[in-house]
Amino acid sequence: MRDLLRSNQREAFAVLVLAVLVTFYLATHPAGPTTYVTTILANQALILALAAIAQFFAVIVRGIDLSVGAVMALTNCVASYLVIGSGLDMAFGIIVALLVGAGCGLLNGLLVVYGRIQPIVVTLATASLFVGFALLLRPTPGGQIDYDLADAMTLDLFGIPTALVITAAIIGLIWVPLRRTGLGLGLYAVGSSEQAAFQSGMPVVKIRLASFTLGGLFAGIAGLYFSFVTTTGDAGIGPNFTLNSIAAVVLGGVALRGGVGTLTGAIAGAFILKTIGALMFFSGLPPLAQPFVEGLILATAIAIGGADVLRVRNRLEVFGR
Amino acid sequence: MPRPDTAIVHLSGVSKIYGATKALSEVDFSCFGGEIHAILGENGAGKSTLMKLVSGVIQPTIGAVHIDGSPAKLVSPADAMSRGLICMFQELSLVPDLTVRENLMLGAPGTGLGRLNTKVVARAQDVLSRIDGASIRMNTRVADLTLAESQQVEIAKALSRNPRLLILDEATSALNASVVEKVFHLIRAERDRGVGVLFISHRFHEIEALADRISIFRNGAHVETFDNGAYDYGAIISKMVGQRIDDLFPPKPEADPNAEDVIAINGFGWGERLKDVSITLRKGQITGLGGLDGQGQGDVLHGLFGLLKGTNGTCVMGGKTLSLTHPKTAKSPKLGIALVPEDRKTEGLILDQSIARNLELAALGVDGIDAGDPAIYQQFLDALELKCDSLDQTISELSGGNQQKVALTKWLALGPRCMLLADPTRGIDVKTKTQIYALLRRLADSGIAILLLSTDYEELIHLCDETHIFYNGRIVQHLSGADITAENIIAASLNMHVGSKQAEAAHHA
Repeated sequence: MRDLLRSNQREAFAVLVLAVLVTFYLATHPAGPTTYVTTILANQALILALAAIAQFFAVIVRGIDLSVGAVMALTNCVASYLVIGSGLDMAFGIIVALLVGAGCGLLNGLLVVYGRIQPIVVTLATASLFVGFALLLRPTPGGQIDYDLADAMTLDLFGIPTALVITAAIIGLIWVPLRRTGLGLGLYAVGSSEQAAFQSGMPVVKIRLASFTLGGLFAGIAGLYFSFVTTTGDAGIGPNFTLNSIAAVVLGGVALRGGVGTLTGAIAGAFILKTIGALMFFSGLPPLAQPFVEGLILATAIAIGGADVLRVRNRLEVFGR
Repeated sequence: MPRPDTAIVHLSGVSKIYGATKALSEVDFSCFGGEIHAILGENGAGKSTLMKLVSGVIQPTIGAVHIDGSPAKLVSPADAMSRGLICMFQELSLVPDLTVRENLMLGAPGTGLGRLNTKVVARAQDVLSRIDGASIRMNTRVADLTLAESQQVEIAKALSRNPRLLILDEATSALNASVVEKVFHLIRAERDRGVGVLFISHRFHEIEALADRISIFRNGAHVETFDNGAYDYGAIISKMVGQRIDDLFPPKPEADPNAEDVIAINGFGWGERLKDVSITLRKGQITGLGGLDGQGQGDVLHGLFGLLKGTNGTCVMGGKTLSLTHPKTAKSPKLGIALVPEDRKTEGLILDQSIARNLELAALGVDGIDAGDPAIYQQFLDALELKCDSLDQTISELSGGNQQKVALTKWLALGPRCMLLADPTRGIDVKTKTQIYALLRRLADSGIAILLLSTDYEELIHLCDETHIFYNGRIVQHLSGADITAENIIAASLNMHVGSKQAEAAHHA
């Protein structure tokens, strides 16, 4: 148990902070802790959480993905054409949207692995590409998502927000099993020490590709869920989500140097960020001061995460980090 | 046990070439099942390159690899492992951010990217319990283990994978004698089951105790393979020692026994890495630091240049005790210490900038020196015969030798009183080497105290007035004058006590 806490202390810290913030939010909300209040918050938080999961898969293998928001925008626009009509039509539309997401991720991965270009450069370029496609599809916001489906995904199940059920399903049905496979282990190994992973006989290239593809897939899911919440397509949603997804993984204890952190942490980070936003909305803080406070919180969190540099005993090692 | 007819791995005419350097040249080498085969050689003899070839990390430039008698290409470590060639690497192959259990399962046979094979964990735990590693908890992160514990885990990881050929590269360097004995017991048991073992160690007594056969490598070539016991220490060492080239070096003047002290460190230490090191640098003398790679010599230079935190011991200059806490203090004219670092490409120079910009870097911020004045560098550039189109040329366009000349010159312009040099001739052509040697001699003659870390014992012999040999973070031998011989240096580097009587006396003095 001590080891478990020790190796997950950053996630534990994030979850603790989240619990305090949510409790405070629900306690001070003028309408009280109703299903409605929690559902609104959970929907917003889940969109960012999915984007943060996409970012997590890039960061864990020592990369970064600046195209998360762009993939969301593209799948959102695709969904705004296809996720409507009969049940079969919608199922087809959803599958297409997810394939588009995964395909974007795979493209990133191929460029990183075979083009030998840094992930930050690759995804900066592909982000423009993906947004370009999205703009071709939807020059102005519009289109429609099936309302019944959108309601089903964004309201509640027996009083529990559907968004939270989805979050739990992702952790329980995808993350926990993945963590127990060679791939799950390989993600951490490649991010922590590519050399050691290679020398241990892991297929480093396949792991990188799988990681970026999973990232794209989750960015696609994020775009799709965004469609359910807004029920329209909009090519301009990207930039905000990209930056916030990075902020969320950092808050959730995922190290930008790779190899450390969990998907649960990334989700917690996204929920923290959204709860802070919601709290400030009701706090009476002038709206113009909100970015400042958000930035302050983020900077503090990053500073705490980087404090171990102070323990370095050879000054040269600081530069290796 | 009689030797089987076919070797598990056989190399024929194998060379490995990196750019201009030949790490291995035309090596013929076999290792068989059921025997422990030790590889001996100095730094850069090609031992690690050989291990990497056999374990699939690198591929030969020329030559063929045969496995069980049939030609094969080992394209990756995974490929080598699937053929039963399991390597325990010197640079640990454990992932620091994963737990012990996860590391044991990582890349285990039959795992791939799917379900994890948990059976190997039980096997590895069994191995651990037999080498005093039972107290290592499976859920601890590897980054939180001590070096010795990580080595125990490495050994367990390798043995849990059913090797046919077990490759151990400095596998036991951090383990104490009683654990080493238990590890050897396991290795012998593997051998008796018919497993082949390739064993690299710098501890000569370990090789003597364990090996069935010994192969000697020198300068990338396979010198000889013989049964353990066929030769004595002296004969083995002389096989490891190469040809001598004497005219590379300038004549060495007689050391002045009354030379004045410039810097004296006493009982210098740094955590576990460095213990109780005492060295005196004298005016006009070249003091050598020798030993195998990474035995603490580099830490002494870093410590003297103010790069380490939490050192202990004292450092005295001109009767005053110094506190060396920052390179800026070290390079100030008051102390006048300069460090030419080991890796010129990352620590010594900024490759994408011009020669002129790089030259200025050391002098910037030092009182009384105009860093922008090219005249202060010119005499040293002339002495070293720097070859370049102009001083505006980018460093990355220069050859390794010319880069090193720039790295040296930027410090010489400060007029240092004490120069610390970390392997200044590594990977440099012979002509530049002679120029650097001549310059070092001239600098010493002009009264500078020089501390020269070198992995090339020829430099220690022909340049140094006194040499300290490091082993495991301590000075194990002081050699001076006529005692600085290849045999003494190598013996001390391997921590074999066969030094001459004078050397022993110096050790106790």
